[in-house]
Amino acid sequence: MEHSVAEFIRFDRITKFYGPLCVVENLDLGIEKGEFVSLLGPSGSGKTTLLMMLAGFEQPTSGNILLDGTAINDVPTHKRDMGVVFQSYALFPHMSVGENVAFPLQMRGLGKADIAGRVARALDMVQLSALVDRRPSQLSGGQQQRVALSRALVFEPRVVLMDEPLGALDKQLREQMQLDIRDLHRRLGLTIVFVTHDQSEALTMSDRVAVFNKGRIEQIGTPRQVYDEPATRFVAEFIGETNLVEGVVDAVQGQEANVRLVSGDSIVSAVSGTVTPGQTVFLSIRPERVDLSEIRGDARNCLETEVTDSVYQGDHLRVQLQNAAHPLIAKLSRRSREFPPGTKVFAGFSAGDCRVIAP
Amino acid sequence: MTAGRSKTGRSLLLLLPLLLFLVGFFVWPLFSMMSQSISDTAVLRLLPRSTEVLAGWDRQSPPTPEMQAALMEDLKAVDDDQALGDMVRRLNSARSGFRTLMGKTTTALGDTTNPPADLVSIDTRWEKPEFWLAIADALSPLTDRNLLAAVDLGRNAAGEIEHLPADKSVNRVILVRTFWIAALVTFACACIGFPYAMIAASLSGWKRDLMLGAVLLPLWTSLLVRTAAWFILLQERGLINELLQTIGLIDSPLPLIFNRTGVIIAMTHVLLPFMVLPIYSVLLTIPKNLMPAAASLGAHPLRAFLRVLLPLSLRGVASGSLLVFISAIGYYITPALIGGPGDQMISSIIAFYATGSANWGMAGALGVVLLVATLLLYSVYARLSAEEPGRR
Repeated sequence: MEHSVAEFIRFDRITKFYGPLCVVENLDLGIEKGEFVSLLGPSGSGKTTLLMMLAGFEQPTSGNILLDGTAINDVPTHKRDMGVVFQSYALFPHMSVGENVAFPLQMRGLGKADIAGRVARALDMVQLSALVDRRPSQLSGGQQQRVALSRALVFEPRVVLMDEPLGALDKQLREQMQLDIRDLHRRLGLTIVFVTHDQSEALTMSDRVAVFNKGRIEQIGTPRQVYDEPATRFVAEFIGETNLVEGVVDAVQGQEANVRLVSGDSIVSAVSGTVTPGQTVFLSIRPERVDLSEIRGDARNCLETEVTDSVYQGDHLRVQLQNAAHPLIAKLSRRSREFPPGTKVFAGFSAGDCRVIAP
Repeated sequence: MTAGRSKTGRSLLLLLPLLLFLVGFFVWPLFSMMSQSISDTAVLRLLPRSTEVLAGWDRQSPPTPEMQAALMEDLKAVDDDQALGDMVRRLNSARSGFRTLMGKTTTALGDTTNPPADLVSIDTRWEKPEFWLAIADALSPLTDRNLLAAVDLGRNAAGEIEHLPADKSVNRVILVRTFWIAALVTFACACIGFPYAMIAASLSGWKRDLMLGAVLLPLWTSLLVRTAAWFILLQERGLINELLQTIGLIDSPLPLIFNRTGVIIAMTHVLLPFMVLPIYSVLLTIPKNLMPAAASLGAHPLRAFLRVLLPLSLRGVASGSLLVFISAIGYYITPALIGGPGDQMISSIIAFYATGSANWGMAGALGVVLLVATLLLYSVYARLSAEEPGRR
């Protein structure tokens, strides 16, 4: 198999069994140098197992892992030169912050003065220089994770692996750390493989997102691609909120298809993959792309509905709608006017704002 | 306020059985053992009149008639043969010759038909100030004689502390031997117990239960049964020697019993749980991802073990070693049954003084020495573990 020259990591037909249980199934994935790739999926989808195999903690049952063109299946973890950041930090409790960060450099036999300089720079990078003599147990969760981060970066590893590193932090700290890590990635040109089950985290940080389900990759693409052009029903439902409406394809013209819904409405929609007329499909309509008005507007698609509930949620207004055959949710900007329950409204959206997904 | 106080009072009442038990079966015996080692009233309580008179004596000149008369009065008043025996033994240990002298004196004093005029007329030895000096010294209610003797020291005639002659100096040798055997057993337990605990902690389910059960089993068996089992295993034609000879590893039986090897093997087996369990519990608290983390940071498994797992589990090794060592220095049955005459430990000597020769003072003094050694060790351990880095 030929791969692009820039490809740095390649998972080549990786399969992993735990006993009779298949956790990763015949998986192919290429990651380029300097790329930030998130492995996103629910727990048990195989994303962490894949990361553990890349780190060398687990062995694939079959298939090869290539790093820079060479198979590393038989290279033990300590020779792989990959920095790993764990969810539970995994700092050494009997060493100070400085000793923790110095550890990988000592293992590589660097000189004392060299180590001191690099440790100082690495801690400076995460703004923890003042805490160099503290024990990990004296730090907050966010500080501990920043120590773990600087420890994983200080030896300039070829790849940085992160296994849900922000999972144990509270929301505000998590968002700050997301931006910090993204910033580090850009400044240092790191290659990062990031495992998470939090879709907004994956969208915020990544160059590309690989969506995992049941040991397979459902879709891989930029955050915009996986959100706007979900390839499968799983991706559409797992990333963000969506309305899934069943229908039958009437006709296909290029990248668009006419779909007749159960309610009888005809919708023009963009298509992911290939569909044929007569096929039963799902339409994915993102709630924030739906506009409501009391008169039939000039949008290409328009559904006649009635408001059943309307909830003010601060940054947006969430309106529940019901048409003849199915419910629909719309998220409106907070500047929008109120829609009391019982109001008859038209829900309009363009062809590019919805997506036909083969079931 | 009152309600609160009565509540405290009632909850203290719950503690009462425990406190009574502790005082009755722990504090009081300990205290009486320690006081036995320094109390010295065998002479004092039989010679009240002599005590008064001897207080005015210059400790050099020959005995005055008053001194002799007082001692005769005291000796005549004694009607308890056992107390008399205790006093004679005490005096004889300070100055040999007292046994015959006292025997002769009491017999003469008992002769009512022909009462002696003074002590010198019974035996001329009563003229010598040395005998009176021995009595005068024995009248003090407190003594350091036993404590000094426990570490092979004694006082000479001038009252200075000096080493006892070599033929009386066995305690120090036995104490050193006790600590040496205990140290060897501790070392053996650590060498076996640490890897054992590591394997047990890395397993799960029934395998872990089996390993822990195997190490706990000796604790649930009677000490005598265990020791007897080793007796069978270790003897010249026992299981081990027979097996080794059958598979051709050795030609003649190994000497495994009635020597140091046997004592160490049997004691290590008995004390192993006290090493394994503390290490095991500490290992369980070490996060599972530290070793993978060390590996990802470039540490070879051996270096990762030395730099991460070993330092983190040292606390368990230290408390295990302390438990084993302290238990080992008090061991009695195992060395007595499996060991030879050269393997007897300090407890055997204490038992000899307590039950064999009824010398409670010496038994108490050796007990105090053992107790002090143990407390010293414990304080060292407490200081070390307080400074233990990474402790929460």
